[in-house]
Amino acid sequence: MSEHIVKSYDEDLSQLRTMLAQMGGLVEQQLDDAIDALTRRDTALADRVIQNDERVDVLEREIEEKAILTIARRQPVARDLREIMVAIRVSSDLERIGDLAKNTAKRTHAMSDQLPRKLMVGVTRMGRLAQVEVKNILDAYSRSDADLAMEVWRADEDLDALYNSIFRELLTYMMEDPRNISLCTHLLFGAKNMERVGDHATNIAENIYYLVHGKPLSEGRPKKDVTSGMRVDIEGSDDR
Amino acid sequence: MNAPVDHQTLITPAHPKALASGQFKVTARDVDVYYGEKQAIKKLSIDIPDRAVSAFIGPSGCGKSTFLRCINRMNDTIPTCKVTGLIDVDKRDIYDPNIDVVQLRAKVGMVFQKPNPFPKSIFENVAYGPRIHGLAAGKTELDEIVEKSLRKAGLWEEVKDRLAQPGTGLSGGQQQRLCIARAIAVNPEVILMDEPCSALDPIATAKIEELIDELRQNYCIVIVTHSMQQAARVSQLTAFFHLGTLVEYGDTNEMFTAPQEKRTQDYITGRFG
Repeated sequence: MSEHIVKSYDEDLSQLRTMLAQMGGLVEQQLDDAIDALTRRDTALADRVIQNDERVDVLEREIEEKAILTIARRQPVARDLREIMVAIRVSSDLERIGDLAKNTAKRTHAMSDQLPRKLMVGVTRMGRLAQVEVKNILDAYSRSDADLAMEVWRADEDLDALYNSIFRELLTYMMEDPRNISLCTHLLFGAKNMERVGDHATNIAENIYYLVHGKPLSEGRPKKDVTSGMRVDIEGSDDR
Repeated sequence: MNAPVDHQTLITPAHPKALASGQFKVTARDVDVYYGEKQAIKKLSIDIPDRAVSAFIGPSGCGKSTFLRCINRMNDTIPTCKVTGLIDVDKRDIYDPNIDVVQLRAKVGMVFQKPNPFPKSIFENVAYGPRIHGLAAGKTELDEIVEKSLRKAGLWEEVKDRLAQPGTGLSGGQQQRLCIARAIAVNPEVILMDEPCSALDPIATAKIEELIDELRQNYCIVIVTHSMQQAARVSQLTAFFHLGTLVEYGDTNEMFTAPQEKRTQDYITGRFG
Protein backbone atom coordinates (compact mmCIF):
# COMPACT_ATOMS: atom_id res chain seq x y z
CA MET A 1 0.00 0.00 0.00
CA SER A 2 1.30 3.43 -0.90
CA GLU A 3 2.32 5.93 1.72
CA HIS A 4 0.20 8.51 3.50
CA ILE A 5 0.66 12.15 2.65
CA VAL A 6 1.29 12.70 6.36
CA LYS A 7 4.41 10.66 7.06
CA SER A 8 3.95 10.48 10.82
CA TYR A 9 0.69 8.59 10.17
CA ASP A 10 2.71 5.88 8.44
CA GLU A 11 5.07 5.87 11.39
CA ASP A 12 2.17 5.37 13.80
CA LEU A 13 0.95 2.38 11.82
CA SER A 14 4.38 0.88 11.35
CA GLN A 15 5.11 1.25 15.07
CA LEU A 16 1.91 -0.61 15.79
CA ARG A 17 2.96 -3.37 13.43
CA THR A 18 6.40 -3.56 15.02
CA MET A 19 4.89 -3.83 18.49
CA LEU A 20 2.64 -6.65 17.34
CA ALA A 21 5.54 -8.47 15.74
CA GLN A 22 7.41 -8.13 19.01
CA MET A 23 4.46 -9.41 21.00
CA GLY A 24 3.97 -12.27 18.55
CA GLY A 25 7.62 -13.28 18.89
CA LEU A 26 7.43 -13.17 22.66
CA VAL A 27 4.27 -15.27 22.78
CA GLU A 28 5.78 -17.82 20.42
CA GLN A 29 8.78 -18.09 22.72
CA GLN A 30 6.56 -18.40 25.79
CA LEU A 31 4.61 -21.21 24.18
CA ASP A 32 7.80 -23.01 23.15
CA ASP A 33 9.25 -22.69 26.65
CA ALA A 34 6.03 -23.80 28.33
CA ILE A 35 5.91 -26.96 26.22
CA ASP A 36 9.61 -27.64 26.83
CA ALA A 37 9.19 -27.09 30.55
CA LEU A 38 6.27 -29.48 30.70
CA THR A 39 7.92 -32.13 28.56
CA ARG A 40 11.22 -32.04 30.46
CA ARG A 41 9.58 -31.15 33.77
CA ASP A 42 11.94 -28.26 33.99
CA THR A 43 10.55 -26.15 36.84
CA ALA A 44 13.15 -23.40 36.44
CA LEU A 45 12.09 -22.86 32.84
CA ALA A 46 8.44 -23.02 33.89
CA ASP A 47 9.07 -20.25 36.43
CA ARG A 48 10.64 -18.12 33.75
CA VAL A 49 7.56 -18.54 31.56
CA ILE A 50 5.35 -17.51 34.46
CA GLN A 51 7.45 -14.41 35.11
CA ASN A 52 7.65 -13.41 31.45
CA ASP A 53 3.89 -13.38 31.09
CA GLU A 54 3.97 -9.93 32.65
CA ARG A 55 5.89 -8.69 29.62
CA VAL A 56 3.20 -10.01 27.31
CA ASP A 57 0.55 -8.19 29.31
CA VAL A 58 2.53 -4.96 29.24
CA LEU A 59 2.88 -5.20 25.46
CA GLU A 60 -0.84 -5.75 25.05
CA ARG A 61 -1.56 -2.61 27.06
CA GLU A 62 0.97 -0.62 25.06
CA ILE A 63 -0.52 -1.79 21.77
CA GLU A 64 -3.98 -0.88 22.94
CA GLU A 65 -2.84 2.59 24.00
CA LYS A 66 -1.03 3.14 20.73
CA ALA A 67 -4.09 2.01 18.78
CA ILE A 68 -6.47 4.26 20.70
CA LEU A 69 -4.12 7.20 20.34
CA THR A 70 -3.84 6.60 16.60
CA ILE A 71 -7.62 6.46 16.23
CA ALA A 72 -7.96 9.70 18.18
CA ARG A 73 -5.26 11.52 16.24
CA ARG A 74 -5.81 10.24 12.71
CA GLN A 75 -9.48 9.26 12.51
CA PRO A 76 -8.51 6.32 10.34
CA VAL A 77 -10.93 4.94 7.76
CA ALA A 78 -11.14 1.98 5.42
CA ARG A 79 -8.08 -0.27 5.42
CA ASP A 80 -6.26 1.87 8.00
CA LEU A 81 -9.18 1.54 10.39
CA ARG A 82 -9.36 -2.21 9.86
CA GLU A 83 -5.62 -2.43 10.40
CA ILE A 84 -5.92 -0.78 13.80
CA MET A 85 -9.03 -2.65 14.92
CA VAL A 86 -7.43 -5.93 13.90
CA ALA A 87 -4.24 -5.00 15.78
CA ILE A 88 -6.28 -4.56 18.97
CA ARG A 89 -8.04 -7.88 18.49
CA VAL A 90 -4.89 -9.77 17.54
CA SER A 91 -3.06 -8.43 20.57
CA SER A 92 -5.87 -9.60 22.81
CA ASP A 93 -5.75 -13.09 21.25
CA LEU A 94 -1.99 -13.14 21.70
CA GLU A 95 -2.37 -12.13 25.32
CA ARG A 96 -4.75 -15.07 25.85
CA ILE A 97 -2.27 -17.42 24.17
CA GLY A 98 0.34 -16.08 26.60
CA ASP A 99 -1.98 -16.83 29.52
CA LEU A 100 -2.50 -20.37 28.27
CA ALA A 101 1.27 -20.86 27.99
CA LYS A 102 1.65 -19.60 31.53
CA ASN A 103 -1.08 -21.89 32.82
CA THR A 104 0.54 -24.83 31.08
CA ALA A 105 3.91 -23.93 32.59
CA LYS A 106 2.36 -23.76 36.06
CA ARG A 107 1.31 -27.38 35.77
CA THR A 108 4.95 -28.42 35.43
CA HIS A 109 5.28 -28.05 39.20
CA ALA A 110 2.37 -30.35 39.88
CA MET A 111 3.88 -33.21 37.91
CA SER A 112 7.58 -32.80 38.43
CA ASP A 113 7.90 -35.77 40.78
CA GLN A 114 5.81 -38.10 38.69
CA LEU A 115 7.40 -40.06 35.95
CA PRO A 116 5.42 -42.08 33.39
CA ARG A 117 6.79 -40.40 30.28
CA LYS A 118 4.58 -42.12 27.78
CA LEU A 119 1.67 -40.07 29.11
CA MET A 120 3.39 -36.88 28.04
CA VAL A 121 3.80 -37.75 24.39
CA GLY A 122 0.32 -36.77 23.24
CA VAL A 123 0.29 -33.41 25.01
CA THR A 124 3.74 -32.56 23.72
CA ARG A 125 2.57 -33.36 20.19
CA MET A 126 -0.43 -31.11 20.62
CA GLY A 127 1.81 -28.38 21.93
CA ARG A 128 4.06 -28.60 18.88
CA LEU A 129 1.10 -28.57 16.54
CA ALA A 130 -0.35 -25.51 18.29
CA GLN A 131 3.05 -23.87 18.07
CA VAL A 132 3.17 -24.38 14.31
CA GLU A 133 -0.30 -22.88 14.02
CA VAL A 134 0.76 -19.82 16.00
CA LYS A 135 3.94 -19.43 13.98
CA ASN A 136 2.07 -19.66 10.67
CA ILE A 137 -0.65 -17.29 11.74
CA LEU A 138 1.91 -14.71 12.83
CA ASP A 139 3.61 -15.07 9.44
CA ALA A 140 0.26 -14.65 7.74
CA TYR A 141 -0.43 -11.57 9.83
CA SER A 142 2.91 -9.91 9.20
CA ARG A 143 2.45 -10.46 5.46
CA SER A 144 -1.30 -9.70 5.49
CA ASP A 145 -1.72 -13.02 3.71
CA ALA A 146 -5.36 -14.06 3.92
CA ASP A 147 -4.78 -17.31 2.02
CA LEU A 148 -2.16 -18.51 4.47
CA ALA A 149 -4.45 -17.41 7.31
CA MET A 150 -7.21 -19.57 5.89
CA GLU A 151 -4.84 -22.54 5.72
CA VAL A 152 -4.17 -22.16 9.42
CA TRP A 153 -7.87 -21.72 10.01
CA ARG A 154 -8.61 -25.03 8.34
CA ALA A 155 -5.64 -26.81 9.90
CA ASP A 156 -7.06 -26.21 13.36
CA GLU A 157 -9.25 -29.25 12.75
CA ASP A 158 -6.17 -31.44 13.17
CA LEU A 159 -5.54 -29.96 16.58
CA ASP A 160 -9.13 -30.61 17.61
CA ALA A 161 -8.90 -34.19 16.37
CA LEU A 162 -5.70 -34.74 18.33
CA TYR A 163 -7.30 -33.29 21.41
CA ASN A 164 -10.18 -35.73 21.13
CA SER A 165 -7.85 -38.69 20.95
CA ILE A 166 -5.73 -37.46 23.85
CA PHE A 167 -8.84 -36.95 25.92
CA ARG A 168 -9.79 -40.57 25.30
CA GLU A 169 -6.26 -41.80 25.89
CA LEU A 170 -5.95 -40.02 29.21
CA LEU A 171 -9.28 -41.41 30.33
CA THR A 172 -8.02 -44.92 29.76
CA TYR A 173 -4.88 -44.24 31.82
CA MET A 174 -7.04 -42.95 34.63
CA MET A 175 -9.16 -46.05 34.51
CA GLU A 176 -6.09 -48.25 34.50
CA ASP A 177 -4.71 -46.85 37.69
CA PRO A 178 -6.35 -44.24 39.91
CA ARG A 179 -2.87 -43.03 40.92
CA ASN A 180 -2.62 -41.56 37.43
CA ILE A 181 -5.63 -39.35 37.95
CA SER A 182 -3.80 -36.33 39.36
CA LEU A 183 -1.16 -36.31 36.62
CA CYS A 184 -3.68 -37.05 33.89
CA THR A 185 -5.96 -34.24 35.00
CA HIS A 186 -3.11 -31.79 34.74
CA LEU A 187 -2.22 -33.15 31.33
CA LEU A 188 -5.82 -32.90 30.27
CA PHE A 189 -5.82 -29.22 31.20
CA GLY A 190 -2.53 -28.84 29.36
CA ALA A 191 -4.06 -30.42 26.27
CA LYS A 192 -7.14 -28.24 26.60
CA ASN A 193 -4.86 -25.21 26.83
CA MET A 194 -3.22 -26.15 23.53
CA GLU A 195 -6.61 -26.68 21.94
CA ARG A 196 -7.55 -23.17 23.09
CA VAL A 197 -4.29 -21.79 21.65
CA GLY A 198 -5.45 -23.19 18.32
CA ASP A 199 -8.81 -21.46 18.72
CA HIS A 200 -7.09 -18.12 19.29
CA ALA A 201 -4.98 -18.73 16.20
CA THR A 202 -8.18 -19.22 14.19
CA ASN A 203 -9.57 -15.99 15.66
CA ILE A 204 -6.50 -14.23 14.37
CA ALA A 205 -7.00 -15.95 11.00
CA GLU A 206 -10.54 -14.58 10.80
CA ASN A 207 -9.25 -11.11 11.63
CA ILE A 208 -6.63 -11.31 8.90
CA TYR A 209 -9.35 -12.29 6.48
CA TYR A 210 -11.36 -9.24 7.56
CA LEU A 211 -8.31 -7.01 7.30
CA VAL A 212 -7.61 -8.07 3.74
CA HIS A 213 -11.12 -8.47 2.34
CA GLY A 214 -12.98 -5.82 4.30
CA LYS A 215 -15.78 -8.16 5.28
CA PRO A 216 -16.03 -10.80 7.97
CA LEU A 217 -15.54 -14.44 7.10
CA SER A 218 -19.02 -15.80 6.61
CA GLU A 219 -18.53 -19.55 6.75
CA GLY A 220 -18.51 -21.23 10.13
CA ARG A 221 -15.35 -22.90 11.26
CA PRO A 222 -15.27 -26.69 11.28
CA LYS A 223 -15.21 -27.36 15.01
CA LYS A 224 -14.18 -30.88 15.79
CA ASP A 225 -13.73 -30.79 19.56
CA VAL A 226 -16.30 -33.35 20.64
CA THR A 227 -15.02 -34.00 24.15
CA SER A 228 -17.89 -32.14 25.76
CA GLY A 229 -20.12 -35.06 24.84
CA MET A 230 -17.69 -37.86 25.76
CA ARG A 231 -18.33 -40.31 28.56
CA VAL A 232 -16.60 -43.32 30.01
CA ASP A 233 -18.32 -46.61 30.28
CA ILE A 234 -16.36 -48.76 32.70
CA GLU A 235 -16.45 -52.33 31.51
CA GLY A 236 -19.33 -54.21 32.98
CA SER A 237 -20.54 -51.11 34.81
CA ASP A 238 -24.14 -51.96 33.98
CA ASP A 239 -24.01 -55.04 36.18
CA ARG A 240 -22.91 -53.29 39.31
CA MET B 1 -23.06 -1.33 -5.63
CA ASN B 2 -20.37 -3.40 -4.09
CA ALA B 3 -19.05 -4.64 -7.36
CA PRO B 4 -16.21 -2.53 -8.68
CA VAL B 5 -17.88 0.16 -10.69
CA ASP B 6 -17.04 1.60 -14.04
CA HIS B 7 -17.66 5.32 -14.03
CA GLN B 8 -18.80 5.11 -17.62
CA THR B 9 -21.77 3.01 -16.65
CA LEU B 10 -24.82 3.76 -14.63
CA ILE B 11 -24.24 3.63 -10.91
CA THR B 12 -27.29 2.79 -8.90
CA PRO B 13 -27.16 2.62 -5.15
CA ALA B 14 -28.80 -0.73 -4.59
CA HIS B 15 -28.48 -0.72 -0.84
CA PRO B 16 -31.95 -1.04 0.62
CA LYS B 17 -30.92 0.31 4.02
CA ALA B 18 -29.97 3.72 2.74
CA LEU B 19 -32.89 3.90 0.38
CA ALA B 20 -35.57 2.71 2.78
CA SER B 21 -37.92 5.65 2.53
CA GLY B 22 -37.18 7.23 -0.79
CA GLN B 23 -36.96 6.99 -4.50
CA PHE B 24 -34.60 8.63 -6.90
CA LYS B 25 -35.02 12.36 -6.86
CA VAL B 26 -32.21 13.38 -9.13
CA THR B 27 -30.93 11.33 -12.01
CA ALA B 28 -28.15 12.17 -14.39
CA ARG B 29 -27.11 10.39 -17.57
CA ASP B 30 -23.88 10.90 -19.47
CA VAL B 31 -23.37 14.45 -18.28
CA ASP B 32 -20.39 16.33 -19.70
CA VAL B 33 -19.50 19.77 -18.46
CA TYR B 34 -17.01 22.08 -20.14
CA TYR B 35 -15.56 25.37 -19.00
CA GLY B 36 -14.50 26.69 -22.39
CA GLU B 37 -12.13 24.06 -23.75
CA LYS B 38 -11.55 22.35 -20.44
CA GLN B 39 -13.74 19.38 -19.64
CA ALA B 40 -14.68 19.43 -15.94
CA ILE B 41 -17.01 16.43 -15.90
CA LYS B 42 -16.86 13.38 -18.12
CA LYS B 43 -19.81 11.11 -18.85
CA LEU B 44 -21.26 11.24 -15.38
CA SER B 45 -24.28 9.12 -14.52
CA ILE B 46 -25.81 8.94 -11.07
CA ASP B 47 -29.13 8.28 -9.31
CA ILE B 48 -29.63 10.27 -6.12
CA PRO B 49 -32.35 9.06 -3.76
CA ASP B 50 -34.90 11.23 -1.98
CA ARG B 51 -34.92 11.62 1.80
CA ALA B 52 -31.28 10.79 2.22
CA VAL B 53 -28.05 12.72 2.43
CA SER B 54 -25.59 12.08 -0.37
CA ALA B 55 -22.07 13.38 0.21
CA PHE B 56 -19.81 14.26 -2.72
CA ILE B 57 -16.15 13.92 -1.87
CA GLY B 58 -12.97 14.15 -3.88
CA PRO B 59 -9.85 16.27 -4.27
CA SER B 60 -10.10 19.90 -5.38
CA GLY B 61 -10.91 20.23 -9.05
CA CYS B 62 -12.49 16.79 -9.30
CA GLY B 63 -15.80 18.22 -10.51
CA LYS B 64 -17.95 17.61 -7.45
CA SER B 65 -18.96 21.27 -6.98
CA THR B 66 -19.39 21.68 -10.72
CA PHE B 67 -21.84 18.79 -10.82
CA LEU B 68 -23.63 20.07 -7.72
CA ARG B 69 -24.14 23.40 -9.48
CA CYS B 70 -25.59 21.63 -12.51
CA ILE B 71 -28.44 20.30 -10.41
CA ASN B 72 -30.03 23.76 -10.07
CA ARG B 73 -28.44 25.25 -13.17
CA MET B 74 -26.24 27.53 -11.15
CA ASN B 75 -23.65 27.02 -13.87
CA ASP B 76 -25.85 29.02 -16.26
CA THR B 77 -24.34 32.12 -14.67
CA ILE B 78 -20.89 31.18 -15.99
CA PRO B 79 -20.84 32.20 -19.70
CA THR B 80 -18.17 29.69 -20.79
CA CYS B 81 -19.85 26.78 -19.10
CA LYS B 82 -21.49 24.17 -21.30
CA VAL B 83 -23.54 21.27 -19.97
CA THR B 84 -24.57 18.30 -22.10
CA GLY B 85 -26.30 15.06 -21.22
CA LEU B 86 -29.46 14.60 -19.21
CA ILE B 87 -30.24 15.76 -15.69
CA ASP B 88 -33.71 15.04 -14.31
CA VAL B 89 -35.24 16.25 -11.10
CA ASP B 90 -38.46 14.37 -10.43
CA LYS B 91 -38.19 12.91 -13.94
CA ARG B 92 -38.27 16.37 -15.56
CA ASP B 93 -35.37 17.42 -17.69
CA ILE B 94 -34.09 20.55 -15.98
CA TYR B 95 -32.16 21.68 -19.07
CA ASP B 96 -35.38 21.71 -21.08
CA PRO B 97 -35.60 25.23 -22.61
CA ASN B 98 -39.19 25.52 -21.38
CA ILE B 99 -38.27 25.14 -17.76
CA ASP B 100 -38.51 28.17 -15.47
CA VAL B 101 -35.09 28.45 -13.91
CA VAL B 102 -36.35 30.61 -11.05
CA GLN B 103 -38.90 27.94 -10.15
CA LEU B 104 -36.23 25.28 -10.48
CA ARG B 105 -33.95 27.08 -8.04
CA ALA B 106 -36.78 27.37 -5.53
CA LYS B 107 -37.35 23.66 -5.80
CA VAL B 108 -33.65 22.91 -5.71
CA GLY B 109 -32.25 25.20 -3.02
CA MET B 110 -28.63 25.88 -2.37
CA VAL B 111 -26.45 26.71 0.61
CA PHE B 112 -22.96 27.99 -0.04
CA GLN B 113 -19.59 27.64 1.56
CA LYS B 114 -19.53 31.14 2.98
CA PRO B 115 -22.72 32.26 4.73
CA ASN B 116 -24.20 34.93 2.46
CA PRO B 117 -27.25 36.50 4.10
CA PHE B 118 -28.78 39.46 2.29
CA PRO B 119 -27.86 42.81 3.84
CA LYS B 120 -31.34 42.98 5.29
CA SER B 121 -33.08 42.00 8.51
CA ILE B 122 -33.24 38.43 9.71
CA PHE B 123 -36.97 38.45 8.94
CA GLU B 124 -36.49 39.79 5.42
CA ASN B 125 -33.79 37.23 4.65
CA VAL B 126 -36.30 34.45 5.15
CA ALA B 127 -39.39 36.30 3.92
CA TYR B 128 -37.89 37.41 0.62
CA GLY B 129 -38.21 34.10 -1.19
CA PRO B 130 -41.78 33.25 -0.19
CA ARG B 131 -42.83 36.82 -1.06
CA ILE B 132 -41.41 36.88 -4.58
CA HIS B 133 -42.70 33.36 -5.24
CA GLY B 134 -46.12 34.41 -3.94
CA LEU B 135 -46.22 31.68 -1.35
CA ALA B 136 -47.88 33.79 1.35
CA ALA B 137 -51.35 35.31 1.08
CA GLY B 138 -50.83 37.92 3.75
CA LYS B 139 -48.72 39.23 6.56
CA THR B 140 -49.82 36.55 9.07
CA GLU B 141 -49.06 33.76 6.66
CA LEU B 142 -45.66 35.22 5.90
CA ASP B 143 -44.92 35.46 9.62
CA GLU B 144 -45.82 31.81 9.94
CA ILE B 145 -43.55 30.76 7.10
CA VAL B 146 -40.66 32.74 8.59
CA GLU B 147 -41.14 31.22 12.02
CA LYS B 148 -41.53 27.70 10.65
CA SER B 149 -38.42 28.01 8.50
CA LEU B 150 -36.34 29.44 11.32
CA ARG B 151 -37.55 26.68 13.62
CA LYS B 152 -36.65 24.01 11.08
CA ALA B 153 -33.23 25.57 10.79
CA GLY B 154 -32.87 25.44 14.56
CA LEU B 155 -32.44 29.20 14.77
CA TRP B 156 -35.82 30.45 16.02
CA GLU B 157 -35.08 30.42 19.74
CA GLU B 158 -31.86 32.37 19.19
CA VAL B 159 -33.32 35.11 16.98
CA LYS B 160 -37.06 35.40 17.74
CA ASP B 161 -36.54 38.59 19.76
CA ARG B 162 -34.42 40.34 17.16
CA LEU B 163 -35.98 39.53 13.81
CA ALA B 164 -35.62 43.15 12.72
CA GLN B 165 -31.87 43.21 13.20
CA PRO B 166 -29.58 42.67 10.21
CA GLY B 167 -28.82 39.06 9.31
CA THR B 168 -25.21 39.98 8.79
CA GLY B 169 -24.90 40.73 12.52
CA LEU B 170 -25.30 37.07 13.46
CA SER B 171 -22.38 34.74 14.16
CA GLY B 172 -21.02 32.66 11.28
CA GLY B 173 -22.85 29.52 12.36
CA GLN B 174 -26.10 31.44 12.86
CA GLN B 175 -25.70 33.10 9.47
CA GLN B 176 -25.31 29.69 7.86
CA ARG B 177 -28.44 28.43 9.58
CA LEU B 178 -30.19 31.61 8.44
CA CYS B 179 -29.20 30.75 4.87
CA ILE B 180 -30.60 27.26 5.37
CA ALA B 181 -33.84 28.79 6.73
CA ARG B 182 -33.92 31.04 3.65
CA ALA B 183 -33.55 28.01 1.39
CA ILE B 184 -36.22 26.05 3.25
CA ALA B 185 -38.72 28.94 3.21
CA VAL B 186 -39.61 28.40 -0.47
CA ASN B 187 -40.54 24.73 0.03
CA PRO B 188 -37.64 23.15 -1.80
CA GLU B 189 -37.43 19.43 -2.39
CA VAL B 190 -33.73 19.19 -2.95
CA ILE B 191 -31.13 21.08 -0.92
CA LEU B 192 -27.65 21.40 -2.33
CA MET B 193 -24.90 22.33 0.10
CA ASP B 194 -21.46 23.33 -1.08
CA GLU B 195 -19.08 22.89 1.87
CA PRO B 196 -21.58 24.46 4.26
CA CYS B 197 -19.36 24.07 7.31
CA SER B 198 -15.93 24.91 6.01
CA ALA B 199 -16.04 28.42 7.48
CA LEU B 200 -17.51 27.36 10.82
CA ASP B 201 -16.09 26.27 14.18
CA PRO B 202 -16.71 22.72 15.46
CA ILE B 203 -19.73 23.67 17.57
CA ALA B 204 -21.46 25.55 14.76
CA THR B 205 -20.51 22.65 12.48
CA ALA B 206 -22.12 20.16 14.85
CA LYS B 207 -25.32 22.23 14.89
CA ILE B 208 -25.45 22.30 11.09
CA GLU B 209 -24.81 18.56 10.96
CA GLU B 210 -27.58 17.95 13.46
CA LEU B 211 -29.82 20.10 11.28
CA ILE B 212 -28.87 18.20 8.12
CA ASP B 213 -29.74 14.97 9.89
CA GLU B 214 -33.21 16.33 10.75
CA LEU B 215 -33.80 17.79 7.30
CA ARG B 216 -33.13 14.52 5.57
CA GLN B 217 -36.49 13.24 6.84
CA ASN B 218 -38.14 15.57 4.33
CA TYR B 219 -35.60 16.51 1.69
CA CYS B 220 -33.15 15.12 -0.76
CA ILE B 221 -29.84 16.57 0.41
CA VAL B 222 -26.60 16.66 -1.51
CA ILE B 223 -23.56 17.97 0.29
CA VAL B 224 -20.11 18.65 -1.05
CA THR B 225 -17.49 18.41 1.65
CA HIS B 226 -13.76 18.29 2.02
CA SER B 227 -14.01 16.69 5.42
CA MET B 228 -14.01 12.91 5.20
CA GLN B 229 -15.27 12.74 8.75
CA GLN B 230 -18.16 15.00 7.92
CA ALA B 231 -19.12 12.85 4.96
CA ALA B 232 -18.93 9.80 7.20
CA ARG B 233 -20.99 11.47 9.92
CA VAL B 234 -23.85 13.07 7.98
CA SER B 235 -24.42 11.06 4.83
CA GLN B 236 -26.10 7.80 3.99
CA LEU B 237 -24.52 7.67 0.57
CA THR B 238 -21.13 8.85 -0.53
CA ALA B 239 -19.96 9.60 -4.05
CA PHE B 240 -16.26 9.82 -4.75
CA PHE B 241 -15.24 12.02 -7.67
CA HIS B 242 -11.84 12.09 -9.28
CA LEU B 243 -10.63 13.98 -12.34
CA GLY B 244 -14.14 14.74 -13.48
CA THR B 245 -15.45 11.21 -13.19
CA LEU B 246 -17.57 9.49 -10.60
CA VAL B 247 -15.40 6.68 -9.28
CA GLU B 248 -17.67 5.12 -6.72
CA TYR B 249 -21.10 5.89 -5.26
CA GLY B 250 -22.56 3.81 -2.50
CA ASP B 251 -23.48 3.19 1.09
CA THR B 252 -21.43 5.50 3.33
CA ASN B 253 -20.88 2.81 5.93
CA GLU B 254 -19.24 0.57 3.39
CA MET B 255 -17.40 3.38 1.71
CA PHE B 256 -15.57 4.23 4.90
CA THR B 257 -14.84 0.71 6.09
CA ALA B 258 -14.30 -1.21 2.88
CA PRO B 259 -14.36 0.87 -0.31
CA GLN B 260 -14.25 -1.10 -3.54
CA GLU B 261 -12.02 1.14 -5.59
CA LYS B 262 -8.36 1.66 -4.87
CA ARG B 263 -8.61 5.34 -5.77
CA THR B 264 -11.36 5.82 -3.18
CA GLN B 265 -9.33 3.96 -0.57
CA ASP B 266 -6.24 6.05 -1.31
CA TYR B 267 -8.16 9.29 -1.11
CA ILE B 268 -10.13 8.72 2.07
CA THR B 269 -7.14 7.30 3.90
CA GLY B 270 -5.01 10.30 2.97
CA ARG B 271 -2.72 8.66 0.44
CA PHE B 272 -3.43 10.77 -2.62
CA GLY B 273 -0.69 12.73 -4.30
